[in-house]
Amino acid sequence: MKKIEAIIRRSQFEEVKNALHEAEIDFFTYWDVTGIGNEKAGSIFRAKVYETRFIQRRVISFVCRDHLTESAINAIIKSGRTGELGDGKIFISDIQESIRIRTGERGPESLFIKD
Amino acid sequence: MCMNSNKFKKAGIILLFLTGLIGKVSVFAQAVVETKPVIDTGSTAWLIVASCFVLMMTIPGLAFFYGGLVRTKNMLNILMQCFIMVAVITLQWVMFGYSLSFGSCKGALAPYIGGFDWAFLKGIGINDVSPYFISQSTGRIPHLVFILFQCMFAVITPALIIGAFAERIKFSGFLLFSILWATIVYDPIAHWVWSTDGWLAKLGALDFAGGTVVHINAGIAAIVTAVVLGKRKNYYPGAGIPPHNIPFVVLGAALLWIGWIGFNAGSGLAADGLAGSAFLATHVAAAAASVTWVILDYIFNKKPTVIGIATASVAGLVAITPASGFVDVFGALMIGIGVSLLCFYMVGFVKPKLGYDDSLDAFGVHGMGGIWGALATGLFASPLIQNYKGLFYGDASQFVKQIIAVVVTILYSGIMTWILFKLTDKLVGIRASDKEESIGLDLSEHKEVAYTNVD
Repeated sequence: MKKIEAIIRRSQFEEVKNALHEAEIDFFTYWDVTGIGNEKAGSIFRAKVYETRFIQRRVISFVCRDHLTESAINAIIKSGRTGELGDGKIFISDIQESIRIRTGERGPESLFIKD
Repeated sequence: MCMNSNKFKKAGIILLFLTGLIGKVSVFAQAVVETKPVIDTGSTAWLIVASCFVLMMTIPGLAFFYGGLVRTKNMLNILMQCFIMVAVITLQWVMFGYSLSFGSCKGALAPYIGGFDWAFLKGIGINDVSPYFISQSTGRIPHLVFILFQCMFAVITPALIIGAFAERIKFSGFLLFSILWATIVYDPIAHWVWSTDGWLAKLGALDFAGGTVVHINAGIAAIVTAVVLGKRKNYYPGAGIPPHNIPFVVLGAALLWIGWIGFNAGSGLAADGLAGSAFLATHVAAAAASVTWVILDYIFNKKPTVIGIATASVAGLVAITPASGFVDVFGALMIGIGVSLLCFYMVGFVKPKLGYDDSLDAFGVHGMGGIWGALATGLFASPLIQNYKGLFYGDASQFVKQIIAVVVTILYSGIMTWILFKLTDKLVGIRASDKEESIGLDLSEHKEVAYTNVD
């Protein structure tokens, strides 16, 4: 089991969501984040430009079974890329254990719904 | 419906001349003063307030109604579009819009367009009496107040179309299109229906406060622009894109309801019984439409929704607009119930089937509501209110006249909107790029965000 955490552009969110769906990732958590980086985002208030280093991104996080990891990563890279600076990053880590609260199932069994 | 004040001036001069001949000047001079059109301060005060009410419908009313319905990333774009409409169309109106709509020109074109006699409001003095009046026997308000009142109508009409192309239009394209549309579509139709020379006015088609001129006109333009512009990214018919702030939608709808009282009750151009009657009809229709929608929501969706009642109140107000000065409470009730049935069906069932992306239902509510209202005027016009009879009071010809006015407005507005929209597309481009649309028009068109994270 792997945990995949990706920081992506908010504007690419719909594309990434659809691509993940095609890669059989149907459950994930996301939240909006603000970060500090090299990129400057300008804002105009009352005719003055304020340059800020506050950068708005969205974090997607999910745990998936090992055999789906590569296709999920590829899906994110393909759909989240615009080619410009600031497209984001993907982090992958191992997960020790996973338990479905409703049934008590453990391991990869708890990550998907059997037909 | 309207007469020119010149007739009264001429009558006054002739009277004065006769009195001079007879030699009893002092006695008759008094009579002459009384028959001359006099500015009535009560009516003037009401029309000034009503003008403010109608302005309030566009900003903040419509701005927040539409703004709440879009996604966070397009909020400012909607507010900006509504705001700029107020500013730009006001200038267009005093420059030549008023003259094209309510002026008169000589020759064969007179029934179709107003000409440029009143361009830049040339020759209109502060004490001139409005040449237009409805319930009184003569003009009672200053001409300038009439111009202002009508200015607010010219402002809100192109602003209504914003609902159709929201979230995906380029700002420059929108601006150019709206100015062209106000000049080439709104002004002529206002002239046909409301001007003394207008051919639909002479035909006898009834439109008290703008069912054809404002709502059908904007509603048809909405469907045309929505279809030409295409769907938003990630829009799936039937699924919809959720609104970002429902309290704003309610705030906007409430401001529209209040403002609409100025819109309709002001359209009698006097503070009198007809204004009160129009107020009552407007209020009752909005209430009836709201209740009907809530019942429909109970039946089809199991729960009464807040967006539902907000939409319904606007639909009711749209439908009663052309009829408000002609129907009694019964007519208003029927119009309110009818419009909710129609719009609920349009928005809930027809739109997902046809698959066009009218973002905020400008066509479903204003177009369909306006068509129903204009036709219903021909059904329910009561001789107890003004001297017009609808189909249900024994005059079928009134209904036929209403059908003619509706069909003509639909055709003219539809065709001209299509031409102007295509023209704008050629000149400056009309659709925002995929990237701009994804980022959101707030940031890509205005370089601002609505709910800023800068402390």
